[in-house]
Amino acid sequence: MRRSLIGALVGAALVTAIWESFARSGLFAPALTPSVVDIARSLGAMIASGALGLHVLATLGRIMIGLAAACVVGVPLGMLMGRSRPVERFFLPLVSVLSPIPSLAWVPLFIIWFGLGNAAAIALVVYAAIFPLVLNTWTGVRSVNRLWIRAAEAMGADSHTLFIKVVLPAALPFVIAGFRQAFARGWIAVVGGEMIAATTRGLGFVIFDAKEYLNADVMMGSLLVIGLLGLGFERLVFQTIERRSVGRWGMVRTARG
Amino acid sequence: MSHIDLSGITYEYATGDRAVVALRDVSFGVGESEFVCVVGRSGCGKTTLLNIVAGFLEPTKGEIRIAGRTVSGRGLDRGIVFQDFAQLFPWRTAQRNVEFGLEMKGMPRGDRAETARRFLDLVGLGGFAAAYPHELSGGMQQRVAIARALAYNPSVLLMDEPFAALDALTRDEMQGMLVHVWRETRKTVIYVTHNVAEAVYLADRIVVLTPHPGTLRAEIRIPLPRPRDVLSVEFLEYQKQVVSYLR
Repeated sequence: MRRSLIGALVGAALVTAIWESFARSGLFAPALTPSVVDIARSLGAMIASGALGLHVLATLGRIMIGLAAACVVGVPLGMLMGRSRPVERFFLPLVSVLSPIPSLAWVPLFIIWFGLGNAAAIALVVYAAIFPLVLNTWTGVRSVNRLWIRAAEAMGADSHTLFIKVVLPAALPFVIAGFRQAFARGWIAVVGGEMIAATTRGLGFVIFDAKEYLNADVMMGSLLVIGLLGLGFERLVFQTIERRSVGRWGMVRTARG
Repeated sequence: MSHIDLSGITYEYATGDRAVVALRDVSFGVGESEFVCVVGRSGCGKTTLLNIVAGFLEPTKGEIRIAGRTVSGRGLDRGIVFQDFAQLFPWRTAQRNVEFGLEMKGMPRGDRAETARRFLDLVGLGGFAAAYPHELSGGMQQRVAIARALAYNPSVLLMDEPFAALDALTRDEMQGMLVHVWRETRKTVIYVTHNVAEAVYLADRIVVLTPHPGTLRAEIRIPLPRPRDVLSVEFLEYQKQVVSYLR
């Protein structure tokens, strides 16, 4: 754990140093390539005024609600599709058609339907997140080792018990993989949606609004915040879930550090 | 009337446009608490036969009776151990794996835990109840699988080459453990293997199947007392006898 932390810090320091020398080299105007000091200063101002907290909460709130809704609908749907041929036959074409459409392409339509504001942003997150959840869960259910099913059936498991006690835990590595993808796509949707839908709060809004005064330092600061939030989530949420479940069971080798 | 009665078991299936006869008219009985080994080379249908007794497959012709009742489908009166270590549920500890059949039976939690631990002790894994399968060696995983198949007290134990994937030394150890467990639990056992020495070591009676189509070639009783000396003259004589039918 410590070694990877040092590695990360060294990497970050290196990137910062390279950027700083590039920014100060005078190749571009300071407004276009702000130095690390400028970025830090504007971030500090936003934190101090409480504005950053507000925006982070707005974005995080939308993505959490959207992800939760996508999980509640997407995971059971994926499981049903894996379990029942008719359900699979019905939903698979629908999913295959909608999944490749970028979530951001739906923004204008969602604005017309849901108006400007949270509803549209959340709907966007749900749309972006639901497909990886459905597809990965569906795959997970279909990849359950037949041996486990045979063993359970030999011990008298009916199809309902089989599903709850065997298929669900067996499919978990895939569900978690789907959740990671859903999270990433959800971020794209929410930040992009905030930018295009001209919401008044959120990290996407901050980036978009900063163009008014060519505040590249604010823009880059916000990108950094988004990146750090993603990193935090990966470390604190995903890797913890993995470690406590599929990692502990030896079904997946846990990421180190 | 035997404990298990196989009469006229025939199994055919179609692949592409050919009809394959995996088993033809196999009939034999297994007595109460008898240890029968079904021996044959790969493709003789012995695994298919076991799957039919287990209830995974329906025979094309013929029927199987256990304690007088016709077998149809799977049931808690039979326990099965496969060859693959991966038969254990990786998300459950050794103890919770063994408890699975007991959960299916509806046993309350306290009794389940106690019973599971008793069977883990029986197979020599008393200290590993809280270990996950991936933390155990192949031999240990197979022990858990055996405990799991026995815990809910089926009258019949079916084993499909359970030690074939283990190294020779572990296999010898496991065979000894199995004989001990069988003596303690007095189950009726049908044990499938291609390893003649293993069959002579374990079985009261050996049923020899020859392939294409799978037919019963011979039944050989092994009246040697246990534990059996694999290097004794009698042991080797019986081995020779079985091998002669396999040719």
